[in-house]
Amino acid sequence: MTSRMPKDKAARTAAGQPARISKAGRAKYSPASAPAKALLPTVFANWFKSRGWLPRAHQIALLEHAKTRRSTLLIAPTGAGKTLAGFLPSLVELSESKKAALKGSGLHTLYISPLKALSVDVARNLQAPIEEMGLKIKAETRTGDTTVSRRTRQRLKPPDILLTTPEQVALLLAHPDAPFLFADVRTVILDELHAISGSKRGDLLCLDLARLRKHAPEMLTIGLSATVARPSELRAYLLTQDTPEECLALADMVIAEGGAEPRITILESDEPAPWSGHFARYAIPAVYDAIKQHSLTLIFVNTRMQAELVFQELWNANDDALRIALHHGSLDRGQRRKVEAAMAEGRLDAVVATSTLDLGIDWGDIDLVVHVGAPKGSSRLLQRIGRSNHRLDEPSKALLVPGNRFEVLECRAALDAAHACVQDVALSRSGALDVLAQHILGLACQAPFDPAELFKEIRSAAPYCSVSRSTFDRVIEFVATGGYALKAYERYAKLRLEPDGRLRVANGRIAQTYRMNAGTIVERPMIKVRLVGRRGGARCGGKAGAPRPLLGGRVLGELEEYFIEQLTPGQAFVFAGEVLRFEGLKETEAFVSRATADDPIVPSYNGGKFPLSTHLAERVRALLHDRSSWRHLPVPVSDWLALQDERSAIPQTNEVLIETFPRSGRYHLVAYPFEGRLAHQTLGMLLTRRLERAGAMPMGFVANDYGISIWGRRDIGAMIDQGQVILGRLFEEDMLGDDLEAWLAESSLMKRTFRYCAVISGLIERRHPGKEKSGRQVTMSTDLIYDVLLRHEPGHILIEAARADAASGLLDIYRLGDFLRRINGAIRHVALDRVSPLSVPILLEIGRESVGHLGREDILRESAEDLLRDVMG
Amino acid sequence: MPMLHAKPERQGMHDFKVQNISICGKTFLADTSGALYWPAEKALIIADLHLEKGSSFAASGQLLPPYDTRETLTRLAQAIDRFGAETVIALGDSFHDCGAAQRMEPSDANRLRSMQEACEWIWVTGNHDPEIANWLGGYVVDDLTVEGITLRHEPLGAWTTHEIAGHLHPAARISREGYTLRRPCFIGNGRRLVVPAFGSYTGGLNVLKEAFDPLFGGEAFKVWMMGQEGLYPIATRLLRED
Repeated sequence: MTSRMPKDKAARTAAGQPARISKAGRAKYSPASAPAKALLPTVFANWFKSRGWLPRAHQIALLEHAKTRRSTLLIAPTGAGKTLAGFLPSLVELSESKKAALKGSGLHTLYISPLKALSVDVARNLQAPIEEMGLKIKAETRTGDTTVSRRTRQRLKPPDILLTTPEQVALLLAHPDAPFLFADVRTVILDELHAISGSKRGDLLCLDLARLRKHAPEMLTIGLSATVARPSELRAYLLTQDTPEECLALADMVIAEGGAEPRITILESDEPAPWSGHFARYAIPAVYDAIKQHSLTLIFVNTRMQAELVFQELWNANDDALRIALHHGSLDRGQRRKVEAAMAEGRLDAVVATSTLDLGIDWGDIDLVVHVGAPKGSSRLLQRIGRSNHRLDEPSKALLVPGNRFEVLECRAALDAAHACVQDVALSRSGALDVLAQHILGLACQAPFDPAELFKEIRSAAPYCSVSRSTFDRVIEFVATGGYALKAYERYAKLRLEPDGRLRVANGRIAQTYRMNAGTIVERPMIKVRLVGRRGGARCGGKAGAPRPLLGGRVLGELEEYFIEQLTPGQAFVFAGEVLRFEGLKETEAFVSRATADDPIVPSYNGGKFPLSTHLAERVRALLHDRSSWRHLPVPVSDWLALQDERSAIPQTNEVLIETFPRSGRYHLVAYPFEGRLAHQTLGMLLTRRLERAGAMPMGFVANDYGISIWGRRDIGAMIDQGQVILGRLFEEDMLGDDLEAWLAESSLMKRTFRYCAVISGLIERRHPGKEKSGRQVTMSTDLIYDVLLRHEPGHILIEAARADAASGLLDIYRLGDFLRRINGAIRHVALDRVSPLSVPILLEIGRESVGHLGREDILRESAEDLLRDVMG
Repeated sequence: MPMLHAKPERQGMHDFKVQNISICGKTFLADTSGALYWPAEKALIIADLHLEKGSSFAASGQLLPPYDTRETLTRLAQAIDRFGAETVIALGDSFHDCGAAQRMEPSDANRLRSMQEACEWIWVTGNHDPEIANWLGGYVVDDLTVEGITLRHEPLGAWTTHEIAGHLHPAARISREGYTLRRPCFIGNGRRLVVPAFGSYTGGLNVLKEAFDPLFGGEAFKVWMMGQEGLYPIATRLLRED
């Protein structure tokens, strides 16, 4: 609770630990301690006292930094009063300010969070101190849900504190009134900064900060973040980068003292962890027992499919009628809000959730966090564990439930990392060019701009500090006329040159379209799942395929279009914790009815599968390497490793282990890079291409987070022995050159990333004044555009942007490159006569890729040949 | 026409490069470009070029790559060469809008002119291009009948025979082993045929949509889907709705 504003319970706990606070104060701020305390006005000091609290050292530290106008990054674990610390400088300043010398609207503080719901939650909690201290401070939220009249009023007569999202800030900055609105901004608070930076939303927000500084040069930034591995990236994000060539400017940093060490255990059940899978069915009875012993258990899983399955299994085991709920991103929003409210009110015993509950909203008194499946990264684990016991003095309690034997290793590594408080965040990235294009158009909608000045401003945003002038000019050209070598669109230019050298938008309609399309979140086409009563039912003797009368009912949530596409009417699937029967598709809605089925399909959602983080992968490798650490592992797992050691070899930290063996008439090659599923899948695509050229006749491959297995018709082991396949050459780094290009050109992945870039950059409008486009229509047209553009102008800036996205996000090419460089020929080949113990989980992995389907022409050819066979008899 | 006898891509496999399609006893050839060739008349039939669709979007603010006309004309020229056509019949919606012809890049306009000099050229009008300027050359007709077969832009919305039309941009969707594929296609029943849209920026309408219902009146029809390497006859039972 204390991570937000005070509630009664928080008061109790904070009051109970004065000793630690004073210790922290002495340790870190002791010289400034006495005067620092004086920074807190009497009314605030009294308020703290009335709640039975002592101000925390980091809260006072932020006041101090604000006094000297130093932008600061506050790193604090959940439950440390982080948000109050962020607001304290503004509240103090606003309580003291003499309302004089306003240059603009009087908006004093902007609070920006990645989640609409978080802004609303924080605004609500902020009311308590404001009201209890009788401060004359107005705080309001502004989100996509805010009414038009209120939004208009907020622009002209804003509150003192505006709580909002990055997208709303971009929209406000694109408005002609922006200089007036933001002129008096003193402080910008960026909450959950670690969750925003390093993404396209983060890029856009950083560009917006650069622009805010133009309107409010005195502006101070306060970043609030969970513990991260490389805080300097967030510190650079908060400041203007004026001399990026020399050194990055870094904001000050305050680290709040952590709470009690988390108590994390790995589940030891009577049943050993299975060979493969991620669902931990074996552990359901143990998890169920744990739920019974706690008042509110939060069960985190990595994917929505896992959520559905685990929920289903718990429900089957629920003999005590425990109140268990399900929460994931595909569920209807109303449904999710209901679950959240029930949690907050203590009406639930357990909730099965995906990352939708990761970010810091307080939903109630969680006293146990169960993590099913490996957490894939130590930051994610710490963040999730932090959801239990928002009280610094009590340890959070967590139970890790590995889904298979590899996950036992991973859980062990994550646990060690959590105790060492080491976290991993996304690597710093250079800002996306499609985002830059959107931002430039937005600024042009606000007022004409001078390209040279804007270039300087853009470079002052950390993600863009190394963008070159020529790239910048190409983006401007793209915004203005599409940036094509064929200068066909001068007359339709969106930006026109003024006599004074500035660029302005060509007409008012452009601004209207910009406002309808701003933002960087491009949703996959989703289909609503609507529950209907089944009229007439299956008994009705109508001819097959005749449409049944469908009556519209409640919407259960949304599913990816491609999953629905695979269903045929009558099929049963699991969604929203229920078994449903697919009745048919009508426009953009899938109609379903309640059903019972023994073997329903579980949607295999595309999104939400996290690859193993680099940091954790290193730890897993080290754990394997260090035989003395095996004794901390459950016996079946250490036995398994010992058997591998005896039969084959244990992968070492600076080499890659390759095994070859025959199995049921095929020949397998298994490699163990431990670089995460995405990198392995890319490796699989590229290795099979190379093996195909070498004549090894690969038929397919399968990858998981730890390794990859390729199988084929020829004895790869023998080919290696005879020198027909040279492993060093097979794993040469140049596979990331031509092979990758050739594969990318024919993959649908590039078309997908191109679609996102086309939408974000404004090439394709999601919404056009007067008509709306559905996701499906956008997909259709961007594919055609991509094909034409690739053929005629492969160097176009949007293709460059799509390629960069594919390389970093979807393919993990950088990581694969790092791996290939790291092993640099250090390959250990073990030829076996049968399957090795370590390879079993990989061989059992689902989601095999077959080489024959890489080109989709085969689907057509096979279908046509079927038809011919039918005809010929 | 030796170019029609391309060597099979794979041994022991059928060659799907060119398909015979017959309409009321007349034989036509179709290939994966979406063009239909009438050997007896040495005529190439294409529909829905939608030239200058890109610039039409640009005028309304979406600056799509301006290469669609160039690309469409290049593919058209290749189809003419491949079949050795002496007549070209464009089945309407050749231009995306009435101002489209004037917007063509000079190089594209020249390309079109030189193709028209080499072939007899017939523009059938469509709903996007109800009028086609004289300066473009070629004959302009609302529809025409050759050897008893009527060629028009929009197919009659009722049962009929002896008809070749465009307008609907037919496309088909199939799933196989978990993979789905959606491609433009020819659709016909031996008495009438709808050809796919030839233009580079033209989308497709699923043949299972209501718009196709009146054409075949619930009777069986055939579908040929355009792949990268060939044109594939597909059993109707494999077709899926969008």
